[in-house]
Parts: sequence; structure tokens; C-alpha cells
Amino acid sequence: MLKVNRHAMPEQPAAIRRRNFEEVALGYDEATAIEEAKRCLNCPKPRCVGGCPVNIYIPKFIHAVSEGDFASAIKIIKEKSSLPAVCGRVCPQEKQCESRCVLGIKGEPVAIGRLERFVADYAREHGLDKVDPSEVAPKNGKKIAIVGSGPSGLACAGVLAQKGYDVTIFEVLHAAGGVLMYGIPQFRLPKEIVQHEIEGLKQMGVHIQTNAIIGRTFTIDELMKEEGFDAVYIATGAGLPHFMHIPGEQFNGVYAANEFLTRVNLMKAYTFPRAATPVFIGKKVAVVGGGNVAMDAARTAMRLGAEHVYIVYRRGEDELPARKEEVGHAKEEGIEFCLLNNPVRIVGDEQGWVTGIECIRMELGEPDASGRRSPVEIKGSNYILEADEVIMAIGQGPNPLIHQTTPDLEVNRRGNIVADENGATSMPGVYAGGDIVTGAATVISAMGAGKKAAAAIDEYLTK
Amino acid sequence: MAKILDKKLVSPAVYELVIEAPLIARKCKPGQFVIVLSDPESERVPFTIADFDREKGTITMIIQVVGNTSRHICEDYETGDEWDNIVGPLGQPSEMKNFGTVVCVGGGIGVAPVYPIARAYKELGNKVISIIGARNKELVLWEDRMRAVSDELIVCTDDGSYGHKGFVTDPLKTMLEKGVKVDYVIAIGPVIMMRNVARTTEPFNVFTAVSLNTIMVDGTGMCGGCRVLVGGENKFACVDGPEFDAHKVDFANLMERQKMYKNQESVEWGCGGACKCLK
Repeated sequence: MLKVNRHAMPEQPAAIRRRNFEEVALGYDEATAIEEAKRCLNCPKPRCVGGCPVNIYIPKFIHAVSEGDFASAIKIIKEKSSLPAVCGRVCPQEKQCESRCVLGIKGEPVAIGRLERFVADYAREHGLDKVDPSEVAPKNGKKIAIVGSGPSGLACAGVLAQKGYDVTIFEVLHAAGGVLMYGIPQFRLPKEIVQHEIEGLKQMGVHIQTNAIIGRTFTIDELMKEEGFDAVYIATGAGLPHFMHIPGEQFNGVYAANEFLTRVNLMKAYTFPRAATPVFIGKKVAVVGGGNVAMDAARTAMRLGAEHVYIVYRRGEDELPARKEEVGHAKEEGIEFCLLNNPVRIVGDEQGWVTGIECIRMELGEPDASGRRSPVEIKGSNYILEADEVIMAIGQGPNPLIHQTTPDLEVNRRGNIVADENGATSMPGVYAGGDIVTGAATVISAMGAGKKAAAAIDEYLTK
Repeated sequence: MAKILDKKLVSPAVYELVIEAPLIARKCKPGQFVIVLSDPESERVPFTIADFDREKGTITMIIQVVGNTSRHICEDYETGDEWDNIVGPLGQPSEMKNFGTVVCVGGGIGVAPVYPIARAYKELGNKVISIIGARNKELVLWEDRMRAVSDELIVCTDDGSYGHKGFVTDPLKTMLEKGVKVDYVIAIGPVIMMRNVARTTEPFNVFTAVSLNTIMVDGTGMCGGCRVLVGGENKFACVDGPEFDAHKVDFANLMERQKMYKNQESVEWGCGGACKCLK
């Protein structure tokens, strides 16, 4: 058989996209998608499916694509995932499905993520993903409350609505989508696409109540005892931003990545003053951290007009937790990587504005408990990296509100809700999953948890 | 959706709004706040709840027009109109108990959020001494309401056009120097006033709470924009506050942080507000 290489994804050129908020990746066209799909060997025992946290039947949908049957392809995906346009864009496929592809042993794996994205986009543009009411089970009269409308809550809602449950999602912000709306930037995940996928859930009968803060508007106990919900799924995510607790974090111009990204993504500060929410636009921006959020913040700062954007990370390139693709995109866009650099203090002027970060250079020592080589300070190597804006992207912890107002709900010492592998918590009928249980992770693992909890809730209410 | 049931101008550039918000009215407690986002292109802005009626399902807010967004949500909406979004109650409620004698200090529109707190302290059996202040007579807010829930009410104006001439800290200081036994002070108003109240009570070792209205986006702990230094520690005004021990708050830093968007605010105001002229 003629060996065909993996098809590249067309992208906006880096020199142009680094200054706009349009989507970076442009997606396959039909012909390329079909050609890429034909690379799939359609293995009798596909390993890729086991690499997908929601177990999409990958070879089957790819086979449909190879035959140009996109309507069947979307149906096959939607059996398992309610957010394919999102997952096709933000899943770390290289660590999941694609890492298991047989073609990857000697060459490049099938571009499963790009094909998923193509199918979802094609379906949306051609109206193939409209919900077929005949495929939704008749209402069974049981009410489920889902707390949080991020990927985990949406995935859980999708499964339960399909099974005939009356699902209400409570969202504290004014728009549904959670991190998909406030966190991941427009250029990586257009908000219109997120809203389209949420629209699909609404068509299945899912109610979304925005501006509802669980723990205040209603407590978990009230949802169960007074509001008539038979079960609750808590999917509030990792909301509370961490700071380094180094001097100077109070200076103006220092942001948590959450705030910076929320202003730009959810509140559309990049259109200020058309949108009324402002964001500070730095000339030299230092982003502390090496994960996907750090890459998102750095690339956003560049798009807002920064002259220099630095990633300040205390370990080396191989240890960067961000997806390789995102690191590559960031480099192409001119983000400068200050690796093996650890901030020790933020410096500022007399008016309280940040002027730089004092960093100490690091070298890699022995592997630590996580298997990553731990960085060790090089004595006396301190220097000041000039910056008029600093963005802290070093992770988030759980929001304490639900735990504070739900005394029977067990949490661990970090404040994460304790739940078993199916999401069951210490309270009967109350399930939890996603980042609120695991700490900050990925969109797709949160979706996987949502689906598992949905199955567990269904079992709990039908036994 | 949040319907404006009543809107009136109570003093120059200060509006009193009664909002239909049954879920918030049902649950809110003195000291808590809401966030309003009037339309998709506006800004999320926090406002402390000034009053509430659980039966009617309404909350009352006092909003001073200080920038584009406050102007937009007050002046571009009339009675009967709706804001798209209101969320709450947010933040920790005021600490509620019988302390003995409580002094409630309200400066400017800070009188409004002090009112439900003073009322609750009165209901709990405290002796409530209230001190309210404004720049001049015209700006004195809710004097009648405050009088009704206070054992004693002192009104101050900066220019002496009404009541005691001077700042709210003057009668407070006199009271403490005379040896009046004060068990608890709550002060809400401009940052500078709250700092001065803190300085006044500190030598007398009287516990003083202040309610901080910081820069905020989501109001639920997610963004970290509202962080304040309290006793050298990072605290989030939205979830740890808004009330903090005044003697531990770093007011200098708070005042600096309030200037974060000074330049952008002038851009907004320069365009004449949310006139949509940019479209």
C-alpha cells in the first residue's frame, strides 16, 4: 500500500495571527479530510478507542468520513461526545487516542483530532447535528441538578437528557460554558462554537439557569430537599487562582491568568471600549508558568499588542506541561521562553505599578516524585526581567463555597471534593467530577468524569 | 433578568433603584453584594445590597454615577426596563451578634450598605450609634432610615451645611476619648474614610470592620482581581470578604489598586459613555 503522510492542518500564518483573535487553525477541507481518513487501517481491535476518555468509536467515524458520509460520522461521534467541535480543538490527542494509533509506531498517527473537528464543523455548517427528538428518551419525571456548565457539567447533562431526565444546569456566570467561555481564548476555541454545542443540549431539553450561585442562591441540601431534585452533579471546576506568595504580587499590572483571560475572552476586553470591560495592555509581558493556560495568556497578550512576551518557567523545555502544539504555536508567534527561571519577587515603582520580576536561574537536578527532573537554584544568578505586566498562570484550586455550605460533603485537605471513580461523594445522590475532584486537568478528562457520573446517577435512580 | 421596579434620583448623580430579584431577596443577608451586568457589552459591576424585602422579592441598591458603566446602568434604563443579569447574594454576610454598643459609620453612598447592617444590629439588641457623613447637605443619604434603626444618629457634612461640620471620624474620636464604651465599629464609605476610621479606633483597640468595594470581575473567587492585603496575606474581597478587620487592611495598596484602570476609564468617559458611537 502506498504510504501517505499525515495531512497538515492549514493555519493562519504566524506573522498575521499573532495580532488577531481569529482562529489559528483553519480546519481540513472535505477532500483533505477524506484523504486523511483513508490512512486509517480500521484495525479490528482499535487501540485508539481506549485512549479516548469518552471512548468515541474512532475507526467507525473515520471510516464514514473516508466514504464522504459525514452525516453518519457525526452521529457516531455524538453517541459518545456532546462537544465534538470543542474536543477536536482542545483535546491533547497526541497523548490520548493518537498516541495509541498503530500508524504512529513507524510513522505519524492518523490525525484523529483534526478529523473530529472537521466532522463537527461540517455538521454544524450543514445542519447535520440537529437533535433528532426521536432519539431522546421520553421524560422519566426525574430531576437532576448540575452545578457548573463547564465541560464536565455539559457532558453529564448530555447523557442524562438523552436518557429522559429533566436536567437543569446552574451556572454562576452570565454565560454557559465555564472554562470554554472564560478561559480558552477565541483564537483556539471560538465562543460561537461553544454556544452552538450548548444550543444542542438545550434542544435536547436541558435547562440552563445562569446567574445562579450554588451555595448562596440555593445550597446543595436545598436543591435536594426543597427544589425537588433527585440527584446533583457538582462540576464547579478549579476556580480559585493560585499566586506564588512572593513579594510584589499586589502591584498594579499583576494578574492571575484567570482574570486576564476572563476579561479578554468572556468580557471581550480585546474590543474595548466597544465592550466596556478594560484590560491592561502591557508592552513587556511576563507570564509565569508553563501549562496551556500560560500559553493562552502569553499568546493573548501578544495579540493585544505587546512588544515582548516572556514565558517564565522554572523547569526546562521537556518539562513544559503545555501541549507541544501550543508551545510550537507560541514560539512561532514570537513568545520568548525564559526556561529554568524562577521568580523570587516582583518589583514595582512608587506608584504601585509593576516594573519587572526578579528571577533566579535554575538547573535540572534529579527526578522528583512526579518523575520530572526537579529544578535547583543556581546561587547568585538573580537578575531582573523587565516587565510592565505579569500574569500568574501557576494553577487553580477549588472554590470553597459549596464545601462551606454543605457540611456533609467530604473534601480532602486541598479542598477537592472526595468522590469515587463513578463520581459518588459522601452524600447519597450527590455526585462530583472534573477539576473540583481531581484538581486542574483537561477538558476531555472532565467530560469523561461527567459521563461516568451520568451513568452512575442513572443507575442510582433506576435501581 | 432583573426588572427595575422603581428608580429615583436621591441626590445629584445618586440613584436609588428597587430591583425585582426574588431569589436574591429570599436569601441575602446584611453585608452581602450583587453583581450586575446590564447587557452583553457592559461590565460586571459589584454593588452592596442596601435593602431587601423578602416578601415582595425585591432588593434596593444605591448607585452613584462615577464612570461609564454606572452611568449606563442608571441612566440608560428606566423603571420597567430590565438588566440582563444580576447574580447574588455574594460574599460573606456581616458578623451578626449582640456585641453591646455598635457604632455604624457610613460615608457618602456608603450609608446605604450600612443601613441593613445597623438595622440587624438593632434587632439583635445592640445599642446602635450611627454616624453618617457627606460632602454637603444635599448629599446626605437615608437620614430618616438610619434614624429609625439607631439609638443615636450623628450627621456630619464636610462643609457644615448640615449637622456637625467635619468628618465622620471627628464625633467618633470624641466619643472614644470621652470613654464611651464601644464594642464594635462597622465603617463603609470611600477608602480614605475607612482608613481614617481605622486609624481613629486603633489606639482605642476597638474592633473595626470595613467593607471593601474592590475591582472585581466574576465576584465568586475565580479571577483574583479583588485581592487585598489583610494582615500581610492575600485575601479575595469577593469570597473572604467584603468585610475585613480594618486594622489589618493595607489601605495604601488598596488605593493604588483602585487606579488600575484609570486610563481606560477616561477613554470610556471621553466617548460620552455607552453611546455606541464606536459601532
